Amino acid sequence: MKKIVNDPTNIVDEMLKGMIVSHSELIQRVPETGVIQRKAEKTGKVAVISGGGSGHEPAHAGFVGEGMLSAAVCGEVFTSPTPDQILEAIKVAEEGAGVFLVIKNYSGDIMNFEMAQELAEMEGIEVASVVVDDDVAVEDSLYTQGKRGVAGTLFVHKILGYAAQQGQSIAEIKELADKLVPNIKSIGLALTGVTTPGSKQPSFILGDDEIEYGVGIHGEPGYRREKLQSSRDLAEELLTKLTDEFGEKEEKNFAIMVNGLGGTPLMEQYVFTNDVYTLMKEQNLTIDYYKIGNLMTSLEMQGLSLTMLYLEDDFYIEALQAPVTTISW
Amino acid sequence: MNVETGIRWMELFNEKVQAEKDYLTQLDTPIGDSDHGNNMSRGMTHVIEAIETQKPDSLEELLKLITTNLLSKVGGASGPLYGSAFMGMLKAQKEDNIPWSAVIKSGLESIQKRGKAEAFDKTMIDVWIPVVEALENNQLTDAVIDQAVESTKPLKAKKGRASYVGERSIGHIDPGAYSSGLLFHAMLEAEAE
Repeated sequence: MKKIVNDPTNIVDEMLKGMIVSHSELIQRVPETGVIQRKAEKTGKVAVISGGGSGHEPAHAGFVGEGMLSAAVCGEVFTSPTPDQILEAIKVAEEGAGVFLVIKNYSGDIMNFEMAQELAEMEGIEVASVVVDDDVAVEDSLYTQGKRGVAGTLFVHKILGYAAQQGQSIAEIKELADKLVPNIKSIGLALTGVTTPGSKQPSFILGDDEIEYGVGIHGEPGYRREKLQSSRDLAEELLTKLTDEFGEKEEKNFAIMVNGLGGTPLMEQYVFTNDVYTLMKEQNLTIDYYKIGNLMTSLEMQGLSLTMLYLEDDFYIEALQAPVTTISW
Repeated sequence: MNVETGIRWMELFNEKVQAEKDYLTQLDTPIGDSDHGNNMSRGMTHVIEAIETQKPDSLEELLKLITTNLLSKVGGASGPLYGSAFMGMLKAQKEDNIPWSAVIKSGLESIQKRGKAEAFDKTMIDVWIPVVEALENNQLTDAVIDQAVESTKPLKAKKGRASYVGERSIGHIDPGAYSSGLLFHAMLEAEAE
């Protein structure tokens, strides 16, 4: 796989340098760390922090700014950041009202964020957290640690970021988060595997005419491999999986996110969005909010994910529609 | 184990990790996210640099230095797990006249506390458990280690990222188990020198 790179071991550092020089009005980097912090004036509100491995750009640093994240912690490619880095982010973001961590359900992220939370609490900082597990591709059972956290995490960033901006307390944000996460479901599909910088082979190899349903955001395999079909057929498979998870709902209003995984043009994402719209309309499901684009990517993977947020609470849509000052939302 | 042997242990572990970096990543590819080789390589490079610059003169100092470097440089799941392992060993080492098997056992307990895995979940502890047992009986050999590593192959992953692929994890050696195997092979070699 061809890459535009100098030394693969410095790729995250060099990417962050590039982000900082081009967006210095919005963000700054905590020296010697992978922590990106917003420049906005501190107002004594709850700080919402997220992060994870790099390779998902613009997540997570692209969503740092007023109305969304106070800071993002960027780990190595597809690798959770370390506890000391997360602690650093907590310390610089803290404004006196506590810090809220948004964690994706991957074991590395859970362990590192948990350790950072313990360290921060030892230093007297109030910290609360939520684990996002929106990916329905992997069945929750006795034998797994539950579902992965993928693109739906961005809805959590947006809604909690708005709640923090409105001055909600850390306890209120925790309650909101716990209610919100079960209303978010995602599922992805891949047309290609993904090659991490410096590695010699892709995570998996698909034939020219093959796709894989249910992949994660680190090139992890999914649940089924098939011949490539039309966008409408792909949309039908993903949508069916998601609506099955929601079951019968009285209100049928949703927000959706069509997320490109890095190597899929916006043209194809819009084709797919149109199919989702048509299929949902046929089922009397209403879409009140759309978010389309490369938001939670998996390096250069061709493919996309579909996220549905069930709009159980009017506050969700109010929060989604509120303006923010970030690089990429 | 004294500090000289401990340093030699880390040097040998580092050599093995660097030599098998690509293989570790290859093991992680079908069932995880292909980062185990790079992460362990990065962590051990920092451990060796820290040993060279800080020249620890007690086993306690050495274990402390290994712990902090693995925790702050590895990331992913391996960082907290290996970091916790050496933190547990450090705690046990502070007790007087504690046998080495009990030190390693304390490392195992720390891994389990952090990762919440049980035996046969297809994780690194499937190597640590038989190693502790063998150490307690004074019967640890390279063959015991190899067999423990190999035993993860037919298991279905229940913890860690491999658990997300369920049945597909069967037939692959767990990468954390393999790197733990390297750690204990290096320990035997250092002790034999």
